[in-house]
Amino acid sequence: MKEIEMENIIRIVDMTLQYPPADEDADPQTAIDGLSLEIKEGSFVAVLGQNGSGKSTLAKTINALLPPTGGDIFVCGMNTKDDELIWEIRRSAGMVFQNPDNQLVSAVVEDDVAFGPENLGVPTEEIRQRIDDAMKKTGIFEQRKKSPHMLSGGQKQRVAIAGVIAMRPRCILFDEPTAMLDPKGRLEVMNIIKALKKEGITVLLITHFMEEAAEADRVIVMRQGKIAADAPPADLFSDTENVRRLGLDLPPAVEIRELLRAGGVDISDDVLDMGSLARVLCAGAEVTDGTERRRVREE
Amino acid sequence: MLRDITLGQYYAKDSVIHRLDPRVKIVAVIVYIIMLFLVRDFIGYAVSFAAAAAVICASGVPFRFILRGMKPVAVILALTFLLNLFLYPGTVLLSAGPFHITQQGLHQALFMACRLILLIFGTAILTYTTKPMKLTDGMEALMSPLSRFGFPAHEIAIIMSIALRFIPMLVQEADKIMKAQQARGADFESGNIIRRVRSLMPLFIPLFIGAFRIAQDLAMAMEARCYRGGTGRTRLHVMKLHKRDAAASVLLAVYAGLILAERILPALF
Repeated sequence: MKEIEMENIIRIVDMTLQYPPADEDADPQTAIDGLSLEIKEGSFVAVLGQNGSGKSTLAKTINALLPPTGGDIFVCGMNTKDDELIWEIRRSAGMVFQNPDNQLVSAVVEDDVAFGPENLGVPTEEIRQRIDDAMKKTGIFEQRKKSPHMLSGGQKQRVAIAGVIAMRPRCILFDEPTAMLDPKGRLEVMNIIKALKKEGITVLLITHFMEEAAEADRVIVMRQGKIAADAPPADLFSDTENVRRLGLDLPPAVEIRELLRAGGVDISDDVLDMGSLARVLCAGAEVTDGTERRRVREE
Repeated sequence: MLRDITLGQYYAKDSVIHRLDPRVKIVAVIVYIIMLFLVRDFIGYAVSFAAAAAVICASGVPFRFILRGMKPVAVILALTFLLNLFLYPGTVLLSAGPFHITQQGLHQALFMACRLILLIFGTAILTYTTKPMKLTDGMEALMSPLSRFGFPAHEIAIIMSIALRFIPMLVQEADKIMKAQQARGADFESGNIIRRVRSLMPLFIPLFIGAFRIAQDLAMAMEARCYRGGTGRTRLHVMKLHKRDAAASVLLAVYAGLILAERILPALF
């Protein structure tokens, strides 16, 4: 029993969350409707879904920012309903928000990264060590004395991630961290997320970008507060009809893959990103004959 | 255009005054201000001016920067000078029509002007040599004994530091809204002052709404990072008193002693 809980860093049991009605006559709005979910420690889970499907609400309930109105959520075996455990839950499952500006507290980068450890009561020498470590990992160490409003969006978001890393969490919840960034900033943030996963930190990434979801081990699609699909990205994106039915797009690489397939090129379902698509095509080009290669180029 | 805004008037330099502990500097300025109000004659001001000038020289802040701090209060300075000059009763020195300049009036006007100028010197040195963040930290540390009596020392400090972080952001936001409205034909630049102020009103509504949205997001982000008030918090920057702080305190005591002596001694004889 204990071991199962250790393995599943997040365990959600029949959780419901209703927002109070806007006015007295209206019905309460159900954001999450009887959702059950288990997430293994060390995995990289992407959550997709249209606006209002309950993705952000899900992350906020895991971080104990919103108490569920029904059911239970366990983070590292701790129930989020237990008021005494709230701070330990928030330390274990840190959260990065969408807007890079609205989540930085301090007028100096290094002070902001130190904000979490300061709140946890970490001794001063250890704070210094933790924040230097976190800022180097996210590549903002050189900017540590600057004011956040002098940084780019991607840099600000990396400051926010450093602030969470400095709290030494086991799991990080990302709530659309790249939604407000330019392509360069998005790439920077995604690289950090992948590095964190490699270190064994559990990642829950809420996103609108299919190519980001394609990098995960597991993709959960939410619809009207329920889980509409839960599969590895290769499986999910191979059923293109189903993907469209869920109201999602295909990742760009998968879209090209499907077009190539329609044109008669044989590519496996595992090809989800541009890099592996290019590799497969180049490898294929050597063995296929000239006509085939021309067809690939035309497409 | 509004991007490079910096708050406060910190003058970056690595002088002994800059390196002093912010708590010592704040206490020194408070003592200095109290002393200025205890001064009875111009000898006291001369001593105070010498002290202030010595600190300015040590700080390496150019004197014209200190004078620039006078600008906003120049009107008040002129007004108090003129009111004292013309309205103070006493022996008439000069009179022109309904205006009289009295001997006491002249003395009083000069006296008050000196006091105001020296007050500005003191606060200007403090803000030129201390970063706003350090000032906040220093104030929190000085006020923290009061928190035992329910005084919200930590809360005031965190409000000030959040303001430091978000004022440049709100300025940027205002800039953005202004441009968006100008793109749709809003006119902020022509007409008399009343018209211009009026045309700014539509700017404030989106700005306020934006500010509330930011506040909501920020509160959530702070909670997610385990913020729960000042209790049990540790600090990245711990203020430590050095030898130079002790030396500064001694000099401050000497200055205060001189002013007090000048005030009390004549009364004894």
